[in-house]
Amino acid sequence: MATMSDSKTNEINLTEPMITRPFRVNRAIKDTHDTFSLELTPSGNSNKFDFAPGQFNMLYVFGVGEVPISISGDPAKQSKLVHTTRAVGNVTKAMNKLKAGDTLGVRGPFGTAWPVKEAEGEDVVLVAGGIGLAPLRPVIYHLLANRGQYGKIALLYGARTPEDILFQKTLEKWRSRFDFEMYITVDRATGNWKGNVGVVTQLIPRSPFDPLNCVAMICGPEIMMRFTVLELEKRGVTTNKIYVSMERNMKCGIGLCGHCQLGRTFICKDGAVYPYSQIADLFTKREL
Amino acid sequence: MENLERVLSEHPFFAGLQPEYIKLLVGCASNVAFKPGEFILREGEPAESFYLIRHGKVMIETFVAGKGSIMIRTREAGEILGWSWLVPPYKWHFDARALEVTRAIALDGKCLRGKCDEDYRLGYEIMKRFNAIIAERLEATRLQLMDIYGDHV
Repeated sequence: MATMSDSKTNEINLTEPMITRPFRVNRAIKDTHDTFSLELTPSGNSNKFDFAPGQFNMLYVFGVGEVPISISGDPAKQSKLVHTTRAVGNVTKAMNKLKAGDTLGVRGPFGTAWPVKEAEGEDVVLVAGGIGLAPLRPVIYHLLANRGQYGKIALLYGARTPEDILFQKTLEKWRSRFDFEMYITVDRATGNWKGNVGVVTQLIPRSPFDPLNCVAMICGPEIMMRFTVLELEKRGVTTNKIYVSMERNMKCGIGLCGHCQLGRTFICKDGAVYPYSQIADLFTKREL
Repeated sequence: MENLERVLSEHPFFAGLQPEYIKLLVGCASNVAFKPGEFILREGEPAESFYLIRHGKVMIETFVAGKGSIMIRTREAGEILGWSWLVPPYKWHFDARALEVTRAIALDGKCLRGKCDEDYRLGYEIMKRFNAIIAERLEATRLQLMDIYGDHV
């Protein structure tokens, strides 16, 4: 089974991690009423950007500030760097106003990756809550591009309402595949919604994966991840096969400034993706 | 009857229940089917039975004047629908509507309550199963109430 260090693929492999590179906005996509994606291309000589699913970048809106944003695009498409986020703070609100042709600063990629290598030969269950689908999307691209390497693949996705469901066109495309199981639920709905209503944890008992031979990857609000872990354990998944993506106030991206410290670990360099078994004790500590 | 016995014993809700109890429950069971859009339960009406869903999908919902239906929860194959038959005054508190063709086994609540009163061991087995369901639904409801995908969490 993978350890925390096994799952790292790109730990501070940058020569100048604090230097921002300019990227051009190719496309700004409005995903839902409050989330958007930016498709970026590097300016200058290199037009490639290599990253592993689960990693994040520090995005800098010039004159406003810098924020950590997960990469949500296809890792195989190195010339198209995609980030998805919600417009909630000053920086992301300014980012939401960017248009094609504008320039943005990028530092990264930082952090650990989802264990796509370790999951080969196993069933894979991905549990996403809200905007947590964005950091998991690169994993799905990877799994589907390497479909033969994995057993069953199931995506369980919970959103607040039908209007908050991210990447709807992509999800429709995935739903049409015979080798990919997808279950979506919303916390509340009205009108003509014919899908599931209820919390995402309730999809776990009915999802077709082998709990003894599977790797689970969870991304969403911490409280949703806590209850998801409990439900996976009930199904028989062992905690060393459960991975979670943590979020704190990441600033430097290289574990120096201490803003993202979670107990003994720094999320920007030791995470954001962790084997649950390695941080289980920190998960329920109120003081952290 | 033999078929109903097999269906009951294969439903997850009755997993592990002794065969003699399954035989006893067959007397309270009937096979039912609902068309898409058909109401299975109506708020305020007597809660006379509960349903083991075998196939299809059911929406539990309520109605608010001026707003229409508010969807609360979906139930699917392998799950059960309804526990108001267990709790006085035995009335449904919400509506339930089939979203697609839904097949289920209906268990007569009065009949079942009678059998549970006669045999406390059976009553305990049924209560244990409903307890687990009620606890799971309470937890899910708490999570729903927290609105965990909102900005405030």
